[in-house]
Amino acid sequence: MDRMPKWADALLVPLISLIIAFFISGLVILAIGEDPIAAMKLMIDGALGSTYGWGYTLYYATNFMFTGLAVAVAFHAGLFNIGGEGQATLGGLGVAVVCLALPWPHWSLALGAAVIGAAAFGALWAAVPAWLQAKRGSHIVITTIMFNFIAASLLNYVLVNIMRPVGSMDPASARFAVETKLPRLHEILGLVGIPFNNRNPANISLLIAMAACVLVWVLIWHTRLGYQIRAFGKSEKAAVYAGIRPVRITMYAMLISGGLAGMMAVNNVMGEAQRLVLNSVEGAGFIGIAVALMGRNHPFGVFLAAILFGFLYQGGAELALWTKIPRELIVVVQALVILFTGALDNMVRMPVERVFMAFRKAK
Amino acid sequence: MDFLTLLQILDSTLRLATPLLLACLAGMFSERAGIFDIGLEGKMLAAAFVSGAVAAVTVNVWLGLLAGIGASLLLAGIHGLASITFRGNQLISGVAINSLAAGLTVLIGQNWFGLGGRTPSLVGDGRFPPLTLPFSEALAPVPVIGPIYHDLISGHTFLVYGAMALVPASWWLLSRTRFGLRLRAVGENPAAVDTAGVSVVRMRFAAVAICGVLCGLAGAYLATGLSAGFVKDMTAGRGFIALAALIFAKWRPVQAMGACLLFGLLEAIANRYQNIDLGGVIIPVQFMQALPYILTVVILAGFVGKAVPPRAGGEPYVKER
Repeated sequence: MDRMPKWADALLVPLISLIIAFFISGLVILAIGEDPIAAMKLMIDGALGSTYGWGYTLYYATNFMFTGLAVAVAFHAGLFNIGGEGQATLGGLGVAVVCLALPWPHWSLALGAAVIGAAAFGALWAAVPAWLQAKRGSHIVITTIMFNFIAASLLNYVLVNIMRPVGSMDPASARFAVETKLPRLHEILGLVGIPFNNRNPANISLLIAMAACVLVWVLIWHTRLGYQIRAFGKSEKAAVYAGIRPVRITMYAMLISGGLAGMMAVNNVMGEAQRLVLNSVEGAGFIGIAVALMGRNHPFGVFLAAILFGFLYQGGAELALWTKIPRELIVVVQALVILFTGALDNMVRMPVERVFMAFRKAK
Repeated sequence: MDFLTLLQILDSTLRLATPLLLACLAGMFSERAGIFDIGLEGKMLAAAFVSGAVAAVTVNVWLGLLAGIGASLLLAGIHGLASITFRGNQLISGVAINSLAAGLTVLIGQNWFGLGGRTPSLVGDGRFPPLTLPFSEALAPVPVIGPIYHDLISGHTFLVYGAMALVPASWWLLSRTRFGLRLRAVGENPAAVDTAGVSVVRMRFAAVAICGVLCGLAGAYLATGLSAGFVKDMTAGRGFIALAALIFAKWRPVQAMGACLLFGLLEAIANRYQNIDLGGVIIPVQFMQALPYILTVVILAGFVGKAVPPRAGGEPYVKER
């Protein structure tokens, strides 16, 4: 029997968790001697008060959509992919290799190739832990953590020893050709006559991320593979009994997950930096975990949660600029969201269930 | 490589292995009781910050140590609450704790000291002094043994020797006491322990608390022994290397010491040499840095001796009704 209606499970519980997380964040701001209300106002103003702020919010949100979807797809298969950070790092390498390998005549061709390169490199980086999980029973959480660190070392090596232009001291790749520059959001919106600020990095990758949300939704709920992934995630034994092959599903789910995480690089490496630098992912892989938890592993939920975290990221940057509150505040907020919507979920869920049960009895 | 260089490398191996060993033993107690803990890193980081901050303000390293353990215990309490009381996902809780520590240490550090997340440098009684073992001066002139005793074995802080002493102590506690038997049983088959009338919840909380204390020691050592003060993100993945060492050691204390010394040696070598030339083949420093993680993946893959985790690890215990 359902203990509570579906809408309460999908909306009410995450909302209460979010409110608790924000409330504690407010206390933290208060504890360091700043005004939480003023901070909130500044964040809203800075992130949503202008098209400039919106541009940055959407740019960050694009990253989080990719990493959030990556975590969500793996979650549906009962796998916790904590390696989004490493997979996105490798995706960046894929984008850089594609962009620097050929003299691309037009951005659209480069974009297509870069998406494939990023997804392939990201998927490759997820493939080894997936195979080890499926074939050798190695815990995927540990292996993906290890692969995050290995990816960081690998990128460091490649940037310092291979991709660094001659004479440059900076551990970064050469700048990509100007033809590979992706259209920015203001150019796209300009086509339909919507004025948008032009000094922000939001670009066409946002549309790719939104398309990815739709495609993941179709995949998970409207294809045979998606059904198999969900069945496998709910109960491995039952899935095997129904003729679903565990090795195949684990591999497919993780390859899709790694590919999605890798595709984040199209936004930050190709869309913004136009070159590959050290630590370009900046923790977006971990924020993906918070986004997937917050969005209840549903692509639409991930979309909304990604925008929320994009807002937090941009708002946090504004706070760091105008007040004494450092940027790390968003790391705290992110931690609290993961804690309350993920680990302490039952703490919120149990009382809510009890309330609904009491109402039902009263009827 | 001459003898003196070798001694210096081994000396720094000991220093670098100490925080790994403490964190590794911490993880061992937790995971042998069935509570996965990927939040070792966060607990160490919090302890390093608080011990560094308190030691800087009070100029008393012991107060710093106590405060660091307190901070680590607090996070361990959250982990226990989430994974034991509310039967949440232990891995997600660990991720949350790591982020929480990474954010709060800088946020509070910047607020208290305004040094960009650093704590003021520790001087005098704010740090653990190196201990000179008896006869080290007298034995110093003796060839080979003298330098080994004087330069390598003597002259470390109390926490280095403490960590080493904890290895046999942990072994004894886990495999020769009733408490240890119950703790291991809770990690393998909690229902059996429950049937025997022992509280699974209490045993698991005890294990998580031990883990908190040991992570506190590891963090305090980083800030007050290895360095003189806290810097932002100073754990730098050590919590995960400790986790790797734990798997490498197959969740056993003596092997854990071996694994931590090996990973400490790798770090010491990577710190000293940029690139290592092995007869024409140059090993880049990045490879040395990645080696602990690569070795762990290899071990996990089961090609070289399979690592089998405690059977009930990661699963919340639900009493049958």
